[in-house]
Amino acid sequence: MSKILVPVLALALLAGPAASAVFAQAKEVFIPLLVYRTGPYAPSGIPIANGFVDYFTLINERDGGINGVKLAWEECETQYDTKQGVECYERLKGKGPTGAVVVNPYSTGISYQLIPKAPVDKTPILSMGYGMSASSDGRWFPWVFNFPTNYWSQASAVIRYIGTQEGGLDKLKGKKIVHVHHNSPYGKEANPTLETLARQFGFELTLLPVDHPGQEQKSTWLQVRRINPDWIFMSGWGVMNQVAIKEAAAINFKMDHFIGNWWSANDSDVVPAADGAKGYKGATFHAPGTSFKVFQEVVAPGTSFKVFQEVVKNVYDKGKGAGKKEEMGEPLYNRGIVNAMFAVEAIRTAMAQYGNKPMTGEQVRWGFEHLNLTDKRLEELGMKGFTHPVKVSCEDHESSGPILVQQWDGKKWTVVSDWIQPMREVVRPKIEAAAVEEGKKLGYTMRDCSKEK
Amino acid sequence: MIYREAGQFKTTYAADQAIFPIVQDRVFVAVLLAAAFLVPPLAANEYWLQAILIPFLIYSLAALGLNLLTGYAGQLSLGTGGFMAVGAYSAFKLTTAFPWLDIIVVFLLSGLVAAGVGIVFGIPSLRIKGFYLAVAMLSGLVAAGVGIVFGIPSLRIKGFYLAVATLAAQFFLIWLFNKVAWFVNYAPSGTITAPPRTVAGVMVTGPEATAAVRYVTALGLVVLFAWVAKNLVRGRVGRSWMAIRDRDIAAEIIGIRPLRTKLLAFAISSFYCGVAGAEFVFLYLGSAETLAFDISLSFLVLFMVIIGGLGSILGSFLGAGFIVLVPIFLTNAPHLIGIGMPVALQKQIELMVFGALIIFFLIVEPAGLARLWQITKEKLRLWPFPH
Repeated sequence: MSKILVPVLALALLAGPAASAVFAQAKEVFIPLLVYRTGPYAPSGIPIANGFVDYFTLINERDGGINGVKLAWEECETQYDTKQGVECYERLKGKGPTGAVVVNPYSTGISYQLIPKAPVDKTPILSMGYGMSASSDGRWFPWVFNFPTNYWSQASAVIRYIGTQEGGLDKLKGKKIVHVHHNSPYGKEANPTLETLARQFGFELTLLPVDHPGQEQKSTWLQVRRINPDWIFMSGWGVMNQVAIKEAAAINFKMDHFIGNWWSANDSDVVPAADGAKGYKGATFHAPGTSFKVFQEVVAPGTSFKVFQEVVKNVYDKGKGAGKKEEMGEPLYNRGIVNAMFAVEAIRTAMAQYGNKPMTGEQVRWGFEHLNLTDKRLEELGMKGFTHPVKVSCEDHESSGPILVQQWDGKKWTVVSDWIQPMREVVRPKIEAAAVEEGKKLGYTMRDCSKEK
Repeated sequence: MIYREAGQFKTTYAADQAIFPIVQDRVFVAVLLAAAFLVPPLAANEYWLQAILIPFLIYSLAALGLNLLTGYAGQLSLGTGGFMAVGAYSAFKLTTAFPWLDIIVVFLLSGLVAAGVGIVFGIPSLRIKGFYLAVAMLSGLVAAGVGIVFGIPSLRIKGFYLAVATLAAQFFLIWLFNKVAWFVNYAPSGTITAPPRTVAGVMVTGPEATAAVRYVTALGLVVLFAWVAKNLVRGRVGRSWMAIRDRDIAAEIIGIRPLRTKLLAFAISSFYCGVAGAEFVFLYLGSAETLAFDISLSFLVLFMVIIGGLGSILGSFLGAGFIVLVPIFLTNAPHLIGIGMPVALQKQIELMVFGALIIFFLIVEPAGLARLWQITKEKLRLWPFPH
């Protein structure tokens, strides 16, 4: 038995990595996609991954790529696990004619792992609205981008929103706010800003961590009942969101005083709680999903966002969709679309500088740093009003974009606020201080932006 | 025909007691070691080194540590992840507090810290009077009261009871590192990041360190510790462990002190796991959160030991190889034969095939892969004339 097994295994192991040596064709830029379509985070991971792929397919099908350079990508399953994420990244980073030109980790944990590698591998990281908040300071982290806004800005904007709901920021004094968060780098990210703001505005902040994966939250919500907070802010992910919303409904918490961050407000998060979730709010930096029914009624004849029309025409009608057509418009699907659009536009910006050929990671990094998405450009893309204009600079890789608050009415999400500005005057100094600290840990030095072209 | 010891006469005790008494074995191991040190750094690409070989070596070291405790001393432990976390966090604290300290020394020191913690959590393995007290204290920290209620009935089941106590270690330690910000130098995200450190002028940790250097460092440590472990289990210490494992009362009667023996097993095992944990962050991941050391890691290492072979040094390596390499191979296999399939489906298939393979191997050889290797060697001695 063993005589057969040993050579077979040996052969198998030798052959394994040979698979990674598949070469792409010349006129392409390669983008690795670290996705999670299985495991406890799949409810959040699937719509994002689908949105991403659909937008890339749209670009290839409709425009024949970016200025004639096709997009190539490959998905790799990480299960939101950092160890598997590293394996995926290492496997995919060298593919394509110019290597991976941008990587989207879609996990704060994996972002933390890739940040030190980015300058070495010359692969820019786009951690859109997640990852390390300190990396917003482009002087210390030239290779990392987290625009349109980061966790700290989001937390400050949510506090500003709560303030307006209470009738002014000065009314926050003595209010009780609870932050229910995933007990991981991601969930903890907003804490320092919330603590600063609690001191500044005099509200009482309680931090309640929920351990991975978050299926068991009885003790957390028992504490919530004991504290009886005025507002709850949540940084959850995956299965944790559904459980938390169900628990909140079970204790009859006022759902319109329960605000999820932009990773905690998808259809898959609220649907399991059924009517209990009615009134639940979530932050977002792009228009929320329209469920497909609305989509058909409102969008299909003369859609509000042209981009969806185009996706339907060029992707789904050709049978090339990544998911189901009905799931288009979910907040996380839309986020995949926005994220893919940012990546594509950065490559386009780089091409305007370096010519219409496959870009390298370094050139795309330049493209990200000079990305200027105006309202006019968004209109051309069919996304006017879908997301806010973004301007990235050498110093500022975050651009402290404003957020929207969306609310679940039992069937669909609707926007219930104007664009809310983050408290840049509070957040930016914190980012700069944190960037010095985090940068020094990695042995970086600050670059001089006035010398950059 | 090739693998035959005819004509090899041992004329000294030393020759008779050598680790590899047969010349062919010595040559094989020497060639293997030379190849391991030379070939991958020169020939392998970064994917091979970073995603396959380095984790394989680190998991081997952890499996080695657990094998000393579970395989040789018979103490079932589910706290491996916790002890690895102790190693990782103490290495981080040490190297940030004393940046001038050699990183290898840091690894060893953090192993010692882990050993200390291991002893503390090993105390329940002793059937001494302070027993109830120890359980109450430990589990009280984790979930007061509940641990005692569940701990008392389990006193009668030694092996599983102990697993529960070590499980307490696992959860308590992870909770501790998550809760106390001092361990992560007050980083808001609670992540520890390996700072750049050099050994003799060569960058060993941090993003600038090449994969080849990190590989050689991990390999050097694992070879050293495997050699130490092999000698340890062949000597008085290892024999007393095995005596305790096989029948503790008989062992006590022939003069082996259970207290010292079991605690030593916990200490040495935790030392190995601690060093492995430090390497896990510094040489492999580069930065980590407590989630990397959760209970699933403990189970993973335990499975490596069981599949590789309980009570076998070689088994630790075979088990680590099986568990690290087979899933990666299964991930790549569909591409290799030219089948494109959705990643989610591929992952599900990978999990199913992997599970089936584990069951298959355990049915074919319940004593583990190391036993298969041994059988192969025995057959090889007779080959090609089995009669």
